[in-house]
Amino acid sequence: MADPLHQFQIQKIVDLPDVTLPLVGKVDLAFTNSHLAMTIAFVVVVGFLTLVTNGAKVVPGRMQAVGETLFGMIDGLTESIIGHDGKKYFPFVFSIFTFILAMNLLGMFLSFTATSQLAITATFGVITFALVVIVGIVKNGVGFLKLFWPTGAPLVMRPVVGLIEFFSFLLRPITLTLRLFGNMMGGHIALKVFAGFVATAIIGGAGWFGILVFPLSLGMTIGLTALEFLVAFLQAFVFAVLTCIYLNDVVNLDHAH
Amino acid sequence: MDPQAAKLIGAGIAMCGMIGAGIGVGNIFGQFLAGALRNPSAAGSQIGNLFVGAALAEALGILAFVMGILIWIS
Repeated sequence: MADPLHQFQIQKIVDLPDVTLPLVGKVDLAFTNSHLAMTIAFVVVVGFLTLVTNGAKVVPGRMQAVGETLFGMIDGLTESIIGHDGKKYFPFVFSIFTFILAMNLLGMFLSFTATSQLAITATFGVITFALVVIVGIVKNGVGFLKLFWPTGAPLVMRPVVGLIEFFSFLLRPITLTLRLFGNMMGGHIALKVFAGFVATAIIGGAGWFGILVFPLSLGMTIGLTALEFLVAFLQAFVFAVLTCIYLNDVVNLDHAH
Repeated sequence: MDPQAAKLIGAGIAMCGMIGAGIGVGNIFGQFLAGALRNPSAAGSQIGNLFVGAALAEALGILAFVMGILIWIS
């Protein structure tokens, strides 16, 4: 059976000469399939949003309505979670949502899913985490540490709960990273494993048993494909919601809960 | 035991962590449906909370899954 992990391999499309950077060391510059998938995602997002806002009317047409629904969904999200300060953080949440959504969905059409690479999801996790920390320190100064001082708990318990809160805060970029990465990778592995069963049954690798295996696996592949489209949207949405929630923690630190 | 076999068995056992995630996500959606059928008018506003809860529960299972994959391919 074909290797289901083969789809995650980085392949160089155009090899560029290596460069040596001061602190980092030698960097292998190449235009890879991961790079290509991200570029296509970027072009799709920018192209789509340009298309829908090109010649915008007061009464939206079909394409404009799609764009406005997408925009309105994230706008409502930031508004309802962060509150009236949410408008300031809308551009970040919207760009991260549309980019992840485009990469997830393109993974269903191309042979390569950019978000199933740990390096890419880790970058998103670290960017979000860094933004939360920077916004927290700029807005609250030292008061940022109040995030780890739960006033709702009894005084004796506060250091213990605060320590747990601190470590769960540090775990946030890791869970953000691994959730997106694990969901996309797991879904695509399952898809390829069942597709591999179909191929094995067709070439007669399973003998007469293949007559039973073939329709079951094919049905499973179709069902999983539909599920993957749902997961692709859901994971982008969940990433946006969690970004909003983490931003809300630090933006509304003084009058929270 | 052959180390390669032990590694593969270990990777399989590591996947058991996903059982808990399955129970958790099932519980969240089941409870949501139970609540939504009692008070359908309030259900729409809680969709966001539903998915966040499901995502948080699922993340712990994904940790086990990633660990299993790491053992498998390493």
